[in-house]
Amino acid sequence: MSSTGDHTLAVEGLTKRYGDTVALDGVDLTVEEGEFVAVVGPSGCGKSTLLRVLSGLEEHFEGRAAVDGVDVRDGGSDAVGMVFQEPRLLAWADVRENVAVGLPSGVDRGDAAARDRVDDLIETVGLDGFAGSRPSELSGGMAQRVSLARGLAYRPEVLLLDEPFSALDQLTKYEQQDNLLEVWAEQGTTIALVTHDVEEAAYLADRVVVLGGQPGTVETVVDVDAPRPRDRTDPELLAARDAITDALGL
Amino acid sequence: MATTRETDRIGSDHDAESDSGVLPALSRFRWLLGLVVPAGLVVVWHVLVATGVFAPHQLPEPLRVVGTLYAMGVSGELWGHISITLQRVFFGVLLGVSVGVVFGTVTGLYGLANDLLDPLLQSLKNIPSLAWVPLFLLWFGIGESAKVLLIALGAFFPVYLNLSTGIANVGDELIEVAEVYDLGRIESLRRVVFPAAVPSLLVGIRGGVGLAWMFVVAAELIAASQGIGFLMSDGRVLARPDIIVGSILLFAFFGNLSDLAVKGVERRVVDW
Repeated sequence: MSSTGDHTLAVEGLTKRYGDTVALDGVDLTVEEGEFVAVVGPSGCGKSTLLRVLSGLEEHFEGRAAVDGVDVRDGGSDAVGMVFQEPRLLAWADVRENVAVGLPSGVDRGDAAARDRVDDLIETVGLDGFAGSRPSELSGGMAQRVSLARGLAYRPEVLLLDEPFSALDQLTKYEQQDNLLEVWAEQGTTIALVTHDVEEAAYLADRVVVLGGQPGTVETVVDVDAPRPRDRTDPELLAARDAITDALGL
Repeated sequence: MATTRETDRIGSDHDAESDSGVLPALSRFRWLLGLVVPAGLVVVWHVLVATGVFAPHQLPEPLRVVGTLYAMGVSGELWGHISITLQRVFFGVLLGVSVGVVFGTVTGLYGLANDLLDPLLQSLKNIPSLAWVPLFLLWFGIGESAKVLLIALGAFFPVYLNLSTGIANVGDELIEVAEVYDLGRIESLRRVVFPAAVPSLLVGIRGGVGLAWMFVVAAELIAASQGIGFLMSDGRVLARPDIIVGSILLFAFFGNLSDLAVKGVERRVVDW
């Protein structure tokens, strides 16, 4: 296909308007297979809009957005999973059933292999023993992990995360970030994470795309070369953080 | 000084103990407080009749009402009335809820159906139950079908209204989850939309059962030869206030019982 065919995720000249408001203006972004990319920007810069476009929740936009070379409007969005800012779990269903929501549509939920996979994922996100619990019995951090397991169950080409840790307290946030890195290392999923937390972006990502302004445009891209597993106080991370904050004009 | 503080501490410890020990035991019987005022009213009622403030031919003594119900129960007369009324309410609710579920689902899911039907149904719901009786008698005769249909009409509206808004208002957050994970129309209805609307449905059914009892009275007062409502109007013809008050108590008893039953189902089903 076109030049975008080589990338797992390719966005070219993406412009998205809501009425007269321009949320995103000419955004370019590529993510390679297995990469962890973070998108940082201030509130209202269109970060979430970007993910909504990629996950197929927005049908109308200008430019191109493709997953594995397939435009998101032509079914490319079927290949992405999404972890929303809130866990968005089914209150009446237990953890197992909630994770199973993410199973691809061809998979029979009653199938033994599918059940094993769901149980494995629950273990992967560190929730063994809670498979039969309802969301109301879980803490905020645990609920967000169910949401992550649901996203992984989908076996997405790209897993999108929309400020998944923003509602958590600092300690839980650190725990969840490390858990996400473990899961990423184990599953090899391509991840695009949106956040307004500079420290989080630098700690987690291989590459940080800084969105700025209103409408959102790409200010700069910061490569984070710190070796993994990372230390939160690694000087490389501090340098990356400085570069990001500079780009944000802070 | 030090000793005072010591006793203060011991005192407060003691309070804490009684908080956790005695009070919960008492609070278990707290619901009994709800019986105090009704029991008082029964006593006042008895005194007022016994002292001649109310004439016995207008308001019988409480015990007389109980005695009458008991005698009718022993003679077997009462059971026919009760069972026919329960039967009407049951089939009426069954029909009304079923139709309400169909209409509520269709209008909740499809904006066009909602725009077409909702204004009509919203205005029909405001017609008083008694206003339907003559028409229903004309259409369906004085048989069982007229009564069951009238009750079904009453039970229909709350189910329809609650389910329709319940389905239409399932949060976008969950709908988007279903969309992102490609559940498809059928699966997202089955696994997301319908379960999310179950609480609304049960609220509707509770309202529907309540209205069913209102409509059964309307139907039986006017066109019945059996049933608790008929018993009431018969009590008036026979100048037997004990029968009238007894019938009211029967309606109160069965009305409350059915409400408790639906509430119990609600608590069991909506347990998240």
